[in-house]
Amino acid sequence: MVGTILATYREAKLQYTLNVNGAQRHVDVDGDTPLLWVIRDALGLTGTKFGCGMAVCGACTVHLDGQATRSCVLPVSAVGNGHIATIESLSPDRSHPLQQAWIAEQVPQCGYCQSGMLMAAAALLSSKPRPSDADIDNAMTNLCRCGTYNRVRRAIKRAAGMTTEERT
Amino acid sequence: MNWHAHNPGRRAFIARSAASGLVVAFGDAFAAAPGAHAPVAPADINGWIRVAPDGAVTLLSNTSEIGQGTGTALAQILANELDLDWLRVRMEMAPVTPAFINAQFGEYATYGSGGVAGQFAPLRRAAAQARAVLISAAARQWKVPAVSCDTDVGTVVHVSSGRRLPYAALAQAAAQLPLPKEVALMPRERWRHIGRDAARFDIPDKVDGSAVYGIDVKRPGLLTATLLQSPSFGGRLAHVDPAPAMRVRGVRHVVELDDAVAVVADSYWSAKKGLAALKPTWDNAQASKHSSADYAVALAAGVKEGGAVFARRDSTAEKEWAAFAQAMRSAQKSMEQVYTVPFLSHATMEPMNATARVGSDAAELWIPTQTQELTRDVVAKELGLPAGAVTIHTTLAGGGFGRRAELDFPLQAVRIAKRTGATVKLIWSREEDMRHDFYRPAAAVKLTAGIGADGLPVALRFDSACESLLLYSAGGAFKASAKPADPTAVGEIPRHYQIPSLLSVVNTIDIGVPVAYWRSVAQSQNCFAYECFVDELAHAAKSDPLQFRRRLLAPDGRERRGLDEAITRSGWNDAAPAGHFRGLALVHANGSVVVHVVELSVVDEHKVKLHRITTVVDCGVAVNPRNIRAQMEGGIVYGLSAAFYGEITIKDGAVEQSNFHDYRLIRLADTPRIDVSILESGEKPGGVGEEAVGPVAPAVVNALFAATGHRIRQLPLSKAGYTLA
Repeated sequence: MVGTILATYREAKLQYTLNVNGAQRHVDVDGDTPLLWVIRDALGLTGTKFGCGMAVCGACTVHLDGQATRSCVLPVSAVGNGHIATIESLSPDRSHPLQQAWIAEQVPQCGYCQSGMLMAAAALLSSKPRPSDADIDNAMTNLCRCGTYNRVRRAIKRAAGMTTEERT
Repeated sequence: MNWHAHNPGRRAFIARSAASGLVVAFGDAFAAAPGAHAPVAPADINGWIRVAPDGAVTLLSNTSEIGQGTGTALAQILANELDLDWLRVRMEMAPVTPAFINAQFGEYATYGSGGVAGQFAPLRRAAAQARAVLISAAARQWKVPAVSCDTDVGTVVHVSSGRRLPYAALAQAAAQLPLPKEVALMPRERWRHIGRDAARFDIPDKVDGSAVYGIDVKRPGLLTATLLQSPSFGGRLAHVDPAPAMRVRGVRHVVELDDAVAVVADSYWSAKKGLAALKPTWDNAQASKHSSADYAVALAAGVKEGGAVFARRDSTAEKEWAAFAQAMRSAQKSMEQVYTVPFLSHATMEPMNATARVGSDAAELWIPTQTQELTRDVVAKELGLPAGAVTIHTTLAGGGFGRRAELDFPLQAVRIAKRTGATVKLIWSREEDMRHDFYRPAAAVKLTAGIGADGLPVALRFDSACESLLLYSAGGAFKASAKPADPTAVGEIPRHYQIPSLLSVVNTIDIGVPVAYWRSVAQSQNCFAYECFVDELAHAAKSDPLQFRRRLLAPDGRERRGLDEAITRSGWNDAAPAGHFRGLALVHANGSVVVHVVELSVVDEHKVKLHRITTVVDCGVAVNPRNIRAQMEGGIVYGLSAAFYGEITIKDGAVEQSNFHDYRLIRLADTPRIDVSILESGEKPGGVGEEAVGPVAPAVVNALFAATGHRIRQLPLSKAGYTLA
């Protein structure tokens, strides 16, 4: 076994100024760093999750200018002045209709995918306040290993103000 | 079924570990949660229950929160017996000490659907004892007999005078009193928390990003590591030049492990870039050379050539052979079919990770684990420390399904932390997670039935060929128990069908692919094989598959009651809508009975549209019905992914899949309506976390047969061309 070797820092410094949850944040990272890891490691906002690293599972979903965006494959250099919103900004007190609906329907199990689910759902409701089942099918492609899908559907409909009959 | 009960090796190992001495460690999984702060100067009445001066009651859970919501159910059991105000109840993870061992398992761990099932009785007793001393404390203060007092929602009441004292005012005095050995339990008519749809404690933090999983742990001076393990199982790291990684900004260390290379950096992305820059070479002299195609041939041969008899405890191999041969003599004809299933990954949404700090005389881990006590003991052994010098902090886990009962990732984190002297969070990439799992064994199961004149089986023989879980799980610590027949990999054949003779023959065929416990364990292959085979027997007898099963079940048994409920709930006896077809399957596992009826249609020959799954579950006393429904829904979705798409294939001893694009899971749009009915039976609680998984695939396969006449005996269904519409 060879022992460990201490690294020497390179001098290179790269600065990006990001608009995250309504605040300007300066980060010193390489330009190829995915937005996910800037959010988690540089900014310490750990609500956004790492699941696959290839934009397949959606656990890393945030909003970029209001659009649901999978942050694990988006280099920070491509973000520019876009407005980034993470799960932490959905509401200050779990009062967002989706958060309330998520609690009412007892959606999460392990919960690891749910930040991404909620951000995808929030973007959906912004564009379609009363989504059809097909709209939900198309927008909610996030993976959940615990199988919360039917409750996610019901919670979106509840948050959209649909009646109990419309939710089933 | 409870695999642990068949696992004397594991129990013996635990007993030895416990005897080596234990020191208090403190888990803080819930301490960071808003509203869950430990109360100031609480009175610790009997370990599980702490009453604070302000009246808040903290209940402790010894069951890891891996998504199954057990902690809330344990709190319901305690609150019910203690007659608590639910709004004042808090929950915390219990420390890893002997007082908090799961009584069913004999260790502090989470598996086997045993969180509630194994602890219902002991927790009721613990809470009843606490209630008794609270009553005694009040009675002493009032100078009245304890029998003249009662409780009323967090208060002791002197019945005749109406005097009342809240638990908070009595807790300090109560904590000084000896716990009574004999206590009366709360009568059923006074249950207020068991059986209620309780909102889970862990859910609010899971809707705003504040829930802390293992991957989210923050510590002073924390570095992040990621690693690449030998692609072929059993390979060793031969050589790696660390220089290319060290030139990557933020990289601090390159650490060589026996079978892996790790890069430690200021952030995950730096570590990942550093790792990508390395070109390690591997010594594959001891590595597995196997491939899935060869293994399929070996398994097919394995179920033909016989093996060791897995005899029941009250029997012997000779007796079982003789009984089977005797029963077969009364058969008019026989039927034989072989069913095969592939390796499967757990694929938890949160990849494997662990955070470790190693000092000269102590170590600390922050870890999403299902096996706290064993992790502590193997880490202590690795570091040459007493067990008491190792502290395990249990974090929330982004899924478990059995994967987090293994010890590979904590040991790696400890080794890297020790080598670097830093607090290190090891995060596996998804690719490593997919390629270095402990898989559900690929298996072949051959069923042979002797059939009587009435078309019912008189004798049934299971031949199972697969790897041994015990060779791999827990670092092989229990592999001595794998001989002569490994009960964990093949399970105990269910006995609910009234067949005069059942024989189970096991052929262990090892190819060096790590296998272990996967949600539902042996039921994932046995229930598929058995319930498909029973369906085939029914069709051969020209009998309705449900009625055929009814004839095989005890008239007053829970299984028949479950089937009868399924008839009503699914409309089994009514004509299905045009083009719709139904299939069913039944399991009795871990003390619970689950029946699924799948209704589907098939379009364009191979596109399957799932319309509805009707589930009946009899899990005895249903502690938190709403969460039981969630567990059934979750088990069904987990089972559907496996039934349609799940397959890990091996080439040259390495896994070919790498991520969710080639290990496909079903999505929201694929998920059918699921109707769950809970059939209360008054039995003691059974498991609900795993039991819905096993019957999913056979119910789908049986419905597909009804729809197409095509009998499928190999999973996943995508191999036969079937995908979800």
